[in-house]
Amino acid sequence: MNGNIWVLASADSVAIATTLILAALGALFTERAGVLNLGIEGILLTSAISSFLVADSSGSIWLGLIVGSLVGALLAGIHAVLSVVLRANQIVAGLALVIFGTGLANFLGKPAEGKTVTTLIKPLSFGPLSDIPLIGPIVFRQDPITYASIVIAIVSSLYLFRSRPGLELRATGDDPATVDAQGLSVASIRIRYTLFGGLLVGLGGSWLMLAQSAAWHQAATTNGVGWIALALVVFAGWRPMRLIFGAILFGFTLQLPFTLQAEQITFIPSALMQMLPYLATLIALIALSRPSTRNKLGAPKSLGIPFVRDER
Amino acid sequence: MTNASHEVAKGPHHASGAAPSALSAHSIVKRFPGVLANDSVDFDVLPGEVHTLLGENGAGKSTLAAMLCGLYQPDAGYITRNGERISLSSPRAGLQHGIAMVHQHFRLVERFTVAENVILGSRDLSYKLNRSELEDKVAAVAESYGLPIEPGATVGDLSVGQRQRVEIVKALYQGAEILLLDEPTAVLVPAEVEKLFENVHAMTKAGKSIVFISHKLGEVVEISDRVTVLRNGRVTGHVSGRGTTDTKELARLMVGRDIELTTQRASHATGHEVLQIRDLSLTVGGVSVLSDISFNVHAGEMVGIAGVAGNGQRELADTIAGLMSPTSGSIAISGSLTTDRGPIHARELGLAYVPEDRLGMGLVPSMSILDNLLLTRDRRVVVDRTTVRPEATRLIEQFEIKANGPDHMARKLSGGNAQKVLLARELSGGRTATKLLVVCSPTRGLDVGAIETVRALLDDARSAGQAILLISEDLDEVMSLSDRIFVLYRGSVVHETPGESAELATVGAAMAGLKPEGKS
Repeated sequence: MNGNIWVLASADSVAIATTLILAALGALFTERAGVLNLGIEGILLTSAISSFLVADSSGSIWLGLIVGSLVGALLAGIHAVLSVVLRANQIVAGLALVIFGTGLANFLGKPAEGKTVTTLIKPLSFGPLSDIPLIGPIVFRQDPITYASIVIAIVSSLYLFRSRPGLELRATGDDPATVDAQGLSVASIRIRYTLFGGLLVGLGGSWLMLAQSAAWHQAATTNGVGWIALALVVFAGWRPMRLIFGAILFGFTLQLPFTLQAEQITFIPSALMQMLPYLATLIALIALSRPSTRNKLGAPKSLGIPFVRDER
Repeated sequence: MTNASHEVAKGPHHASGAAPSALSAHSIVKRFPGVLANDSVDFDVLPGEVHTLLGENGAGKSTLAAMLCGLYQPDAGYITRNGERISLSSPRAGLQHGIAMVHQHFRLVERFTVAENVILGSRDLSYKLNRSELEDKVAAVAESYGLPIEPGATVGDLSVGQRQRVEIVKALYQGAEILLLDEPTAVLVPAEVEKLFENVHAMTKAGKSIVFISHKLGEVVEISDRVTVLRNGRVTGHVSGRGTTDTKELARLMVGRDIELTTQRASHATGHEVLQIRDLSLTVGGVSVLSDISFNVHAGEMVGIAGVAGNGQRELADTIAGLMSPTSGSIAISGSLTTDRGPIHARELGLAYVPEDRLGMGLVPSMSILDNLLLTRDRRVVVDRTTVRPEATRLIEQFEIKANGPDHMARKLSGGNAQKVLLARELSGGRTATKLLVVCSPTRGLDVGAIETVRALLDDARSAGQAILLISEDLDEVMSLSDRIFVLYRGSVVHETPGESAELATVGAAMAGLKPEGKS
């Protein structure tokens, strides 16, 4: 067995995990506020193509990342208006967003089909550290956004559990009536975190485009990562720290078929391996639909329920 | 709404020249679509006093309170604080003026600790939270009012009484000078009510003003310095002086006519055993909900099951109704086993069931009275409305149901009338004459007038020889109606007493899980 391939595979897992961490963190913030945004996949696609087009025409990958993130926030804004202001059914609104985002991305991507970005986000090099066998490529040869995503996750955890606004955010997801009675605006909190969540998802989509794919192929670009991110939030119990490890594990499973193929291990059909993340998503969604398991997993109690101040 | 009340003792009874009241409402008007919830209501509370808002459900108490704390804004009229006019645009504005509401449904996040709940929403905190420092601070505030709480405990693990204390501490922590307590005793057992009253006295001694909102006459007389009675959105009277008030007079002001609240236990001979329960146990999801329950209900007898909500009452009713299968033990109606045979079998033996959730389980809200009646009447494929219609008309008349006729939709009935429809259907018997009636919280959420009617109907059914199992969280109701009382605590019968000699303190203690001394 070629050891080197497995090291590379692990390094790859961490890289793939970047999009997952960012997208799942975006979903986590949104859901902690009590808003279920199923439109992650649509947001990822649209922000990916936006970042591609901007980076391609301006020649600046950083500008591409910024615009891609903002597009993410913009799309999440649609969801915020529908589900928080108009109190629409959040599942329906989210699914509509997936369809809308996918269509929009296809439309925008027509001229870009098959094109490649000339400038890519490059991995950092820490000199000799990056050359340490095993640890080097995995820990010290990633790009800045990958490092940033892990830092964001850690900071998110501190924010959620150790800060005053974090306390208010968690309270809003669990019990909006209580937050309302304290004179805080549930709508404002929910809209803010839905937008912020969209921003993170947009960053994840842009990074996926500019650091991983390099070329725009509809469908092939995100490959359902948005759905996996939603499942990941469930498995992580809405906790950012657990989410980091979950993302790396999912990242490993996602790249496994390719490694196995390279290793010519064929006793497991690669199609079956490719299926695994989606199977996990399915299980997560089933778990989420059962009230008892939902509670056990630690789901925000008012997740997906529009807040209406009760009238007498 | 439009009929003016005749016994209006207008205006706050304190002269305007005296010390300014801590908080007053002046000629407040509030409309909701189709309802005039408050019709130029005057109300005021002085520092260090308990002023009660008394009224039936829907009289406008909670609406007034919601405006006093900033949750709603009045359509007309204004509010003054220490004599100065203020505008309360939100609950936050209310808090800034030192006005806090303790809601009937607690506004607490169950997953959070006591301290986290208390500080939630406080603006004067630093960005970073220091857990132990906060807990000390919260404990200190609680201590200073003699309200013992454990700041590190998770709210989800606390009893109802403890949660209420957390709510009060939260209000005090936020600097509340005026506390609005919305139906604070509705969820408490008698011992907890006593503790609450002690806390209220401690707060008034410290100069806080308490607005106490209630419809329970007895406790209102006990706790209040002054009472303002509301009916149909109008003030119908002001009464002052603790303990000197006549409950009958208050009831009259509340309802607008004389009312007899204590139902007499009919003296009657009880007949044969209709319901027999033997060693009934039920486990749901690995948790024991009912354990080893045995009792009988005789024809012409009413057996009351008392207990705090969630001690197995609903499961007991559902099991008797055949909706749940017991894990072990047996249930028989008139000698025939119903265990595991399902609800239709039980009904065919003469069971009638009035569930607590009257518009969810009891009636189909989107169907007419007639169709709701048909649910227990006709089991043929083709619905035959013509034969049941005269009966529906007769029942509407007999039970004094306010409806436009048999085609009136159940959803559009008031709570009291919906309950009467349900009782009419169940008591009049379906395919079999009713022998056993299981009723759960039959008067919950009803106004005093409807409560009177419903209790009278139950009493009539008993006199007519039906066996009745009354399951209610309203201890007064169980005590005043039942021939025998069982107290359910954590799924077991912990106390049994004849209705006539039942003592409030003993039954209350049993409800709280305390061993009653020397009684059984």
